[in-house]
Amino acid sequence: MDTSWYLVLSALLFAVGFSGVLLRRSPLVILLCVELMLNAGNLALLAMSRSLGDQDGQVFALIVMVIAACEVVVGLGLIVAAYRRRMPLNVDDFRSLRG
Amino acid sequence: MKEVAFFAGAIGALGGAIAVIGLRNPFYSVLALIVHLVSLAGLFLLLQAEFIAAAQIVVYAGAVMVLYVFVAAYVGNVDEPLWEPIPGQRFLAPLLGVALFTEIGIAIVGSGLKAIDSEGPTVKLGFGSPEQIGKLLLERFLVAFEAASLLLLIAAVGAVVLAVRREDENAGESAG
Amino acid sequence: MNPTAYAWLILAFPLAGSIVLALGWRIWPGRAAGWIGTGTIALSFLATIGALLQVLDHPVEERQFTDTLYSYASVAGLKIDVNVLVDPLSIYMCLVITGISTMIHLYSIGYMTTDRGFTRFFSYLNFFVFSMLLLILAGNLILLVVGWAFVGYASYALISFWYRRGTATKAGMKAFVINVFGDVGLILAAFFIFRELGTFDLLDIFSGARDSFTTNQSVAVTICLLLLVGAFAKSAQLPLHTWLPDAMEGPTPVSSLIHAATMVTAGVYLIARFFPLFELAPTAADIAAFTGLATAFVAATIALVVTDLKRIIAYSTMSQIGYMVIGVSIGAYSAGLFHLMTHAFFKALLFMAAGSVIGAMANRQNIDKMGGFRRAMPFTCVTLIIGALSLAAFPGTAGFFSKDEILVFAAERGGMYWIFTVGGYIVAFMTAIYAFRIGFRVAYGEAVEEAKELEGGHLHHAEPANPATGELEDTDVGFPGPEHNIAERSWPMRIAMSVLAFGALFAGWIQVPGIDDVVHNFLEGSFYSSSLYNLEIPNSAAYLGMIVGGTLSTLGILVAYWLYLVRPGTTAALQRRLRGLHGFLEHKWYFDELIDLLVVRPALATGRFANNVFERYVVQGIVVGVTDVVRGAGAVVRGAQSGFLRSYALLMVTGFAALGLYFLLQAS
Repeated sequence: MDTSWYLVLSALLFAVGFSGVLLRRSPLVILLCVELMLNAGNLALLAMSRSLGDQDGQVFALIVMVIAACEVVVGLGLIVAAYRRRMPLNVDDFRSLRG
Repeated sequence: MKEVAFFAGAIGALGGAIAVIGLRNPFYSVLALIVHLVSLAGLFLLLQAEFIAAAQIVVYAGAVMVLYVFVAAYVGNVDEPLWEPIPGQRFLAPLLGVALFTEIGIAIVGSGLKAIDSEGPTVKLGFGSPEQIGKLLLERFLVAFEAASLLLLIAAVGAVVLAVRREDENAGESAG
Repeated sequence: MNPTAYAWLILAFPLAGSIVLALGWRIWPGRAAGWIGTGTIALSFLATIGALLQVLDHPVEERQFTDTLYSYASVAGLKIDVNVLVDPLSIYMCLVITGISTMIHLYSIGYMTTDRGFTRFFSYLNFFVFSMLLLILAGNLILLVVGWAFVGYASYALISFWYRRGTATKAGMKAFVINVFGDVGLILAAFFIFRELGTFDLLDIFSGARDSFTTNQSVAVTICLLLLVGAFAKSAQLPLHTWLPDAMEGPTPVSSLIHAATMVTAGVYLIARFFPLFELAPTAADIAAFTGLATAFVAATIALVVTDLKRIIAYSTMSQIGYMVIGVSIGAYSAGLFHLMTHAFFKALLFMAAGSVIGAMANRQNIDKMGGFRRAMPFTCVTLIIGALSLAAFPGTAGFFSKDEILVFAAERGGMYWIFTVGGYIVAFMTAIYAFRIGFRVAYGEAVEEAKELEGGHLHHAEPANPATGELEDTDVGFPGPEHNIAERSWPMRIAMSVLAFGALFAGWIQVPGIDDVVHNFLEGSFYSSSLYNLEIPNSAAYLGMIVGGTLSTLGILVAYWLYLVRPGTTAALQRRLRGLHGFLEHKWYFDELIDLLVVRPALATGRFANNVFERYVVQGIVVGVTDVVRGAGAVVRGAQSGFLRSYALLMVTGFAALGLYFLLQAS
């Protein structure tokens, strides 16, 4: 398959991912959608890496995975801490930025 | 043969993604993501990235998703109200998704890059193997490797700090 | 020393006196300020005598001297120096001013003796004399304007001297505003003169005018008319006269000095000084003469009916200055200026006597409440009668000779100028009547209570009150002092009044037609270039004029005698019969109301319009409109800050998409 197919698929997955971020209100699901976006990016990286015959892209994708893992850890820690303190798990309730 | 595999993986990934954003129950969303990740691993294999595919399954679909499952089970079912307080959000978000996809698609397809019109050069054996990746990690990308490890450590510490039970926890603190 | 050195001394003494008194007002013990003030003016008078003697040493055509102290401005074609012009006209005026002022200062020492503002009074008075002398001695038009303005200020300061009184401060403001109006006229005239002749120096203006202007050229007439605006404001001629009666709010010495003898004569001086221009613009001179006649007539009619003693004398001043204006406008310069001198004597004397009477009446000024003071205050009444005689131009007094000279000159010029002679004699008749209205009312008749009290040796006291409105006052600073002073008990007042009485009786003998011509010959040094100055008046015409004048004066006195002493109820009956006329005259021909209607109300309406409409809608509208627009725009923009994180994310991504679109379009 041509590389462009992989890239278009990656774009599609990315678009789906951020639509989810905008639409869902539960922080857990928002994190899942962020995972979607990160994986879409990984797919694009690997496709180009294959296309250029260079393995650097694969290392890059590995590091991205590590970052994603860290981010998930912290994000889930936040959710758990919020749940423990009986805060509402609804992103719309955090409106203190209101001007 | 490769096309069939590609479409299978693509449909799996896409279906999983749409399921993630569409399902009400967050637990089901987590499961959908696992499907999505496994499909992606298949696609990675097609791209000669064996090690990454394995890492995807072991680390991502294995460890990270297990974390998600734990938290989803712990937190339970969060009732998202049906009514959307922000006017126009329900309409604009998919629209923007479509718009952004269109733009990136046009950018990709119309970019004039010759490289993406083909599959790519024939790669020698060992491309994407753990041996090659490991060599790269320890030789060229040592700093990135070490930094990533440090980041993992920080994240672990941070998670513990966030979740530790304090004595003076007051109940029912609501946010803004 | 040459005359100009004396001129600087003449100016320096009163200025030094004013400054010294002002700076040390706390340290002058007792009545020392009064003596210092009088001393400086007396020194000024001696300096004037010195200048006079110096000037007389020179032949007639060479009696004009100038001297420059320093150059004030020399830039862009403008050359303004601080210089003085000493010539017979200025010396004459300085003699009159310093002489009369010395006497008035002396009188004030007695009159203002218990006033808490004693030192301030003398400082102001000295400053006034300095300004007047500056005006007279100025050698260029700018310095004259400076003196003119200073005199206006000094008048304001002295009219509002008792500044706690609302009526006094209002009167001061009224005088100042009308004076400023005149100042504007004068300054515009200065601009025109500079534009046409290119210089401000007086002698250069006069020689230049003869070369540059043709007779009755419109710009010359304009300049003269603008000069007249200034002169009329200062000399209280129609229609800029309304400030003078109100100026009687000031203390009596102020009325005596400023509004009888000196400041109000500044306008006459201006016309006389600028005679070359006026002779080149006869139209303007004729307008001036007619205004003078009209003023003389109107003022005399009003003086017949008003009841405030000082205001009668004020209107009399206005009327007599009308004579002087006629005189200097038709070419009778020496006659007009001679009348200025004699008028200074008898008018100052009348005010002084009036001050003494008002003191006996405990600061009340209504003539209807006065009567029969001749036994209680003999000295005051004698001087009052002397002043009245001179005002009425009784044969032999100073006023007699000076007034008739003007009228005879008018008759001699012939033609249209007969109007002035006839009108002048009519006004002279009325003058005699009201002069002795004062005389007989105050001195003769039934003695009123205050007079009887005084005969018993006790000066009447009353609650301190505003004589115009009757409201009660304090006697603190800013109000008249608690004591009242009359001439019989104060020797400085007596000396001053005696000197002036002597002058009022005998000063006329220096210019008797056919016998001597002191003033005329002396002033020739200034007016030798005039075409009208040496108009020959045959002695027969002069004697005829004197006979007519004397007859009218005696008739007037007899009429007054009959009205006020023989049949005391006549005036009351006339008032009832001619109620309309009496009301018209008593309201001063409604000039105040006219000016209120024409000037004051439109000005106030403009102010109200500016405040209510322009300020509120236009200015506020613009200013508040701008802020409202900004605030509104801000409110609109603030709507985007909803606090919803997802909304922010949406907006961010929208921005991305727009950027992407832009780059895509760029690349295609």
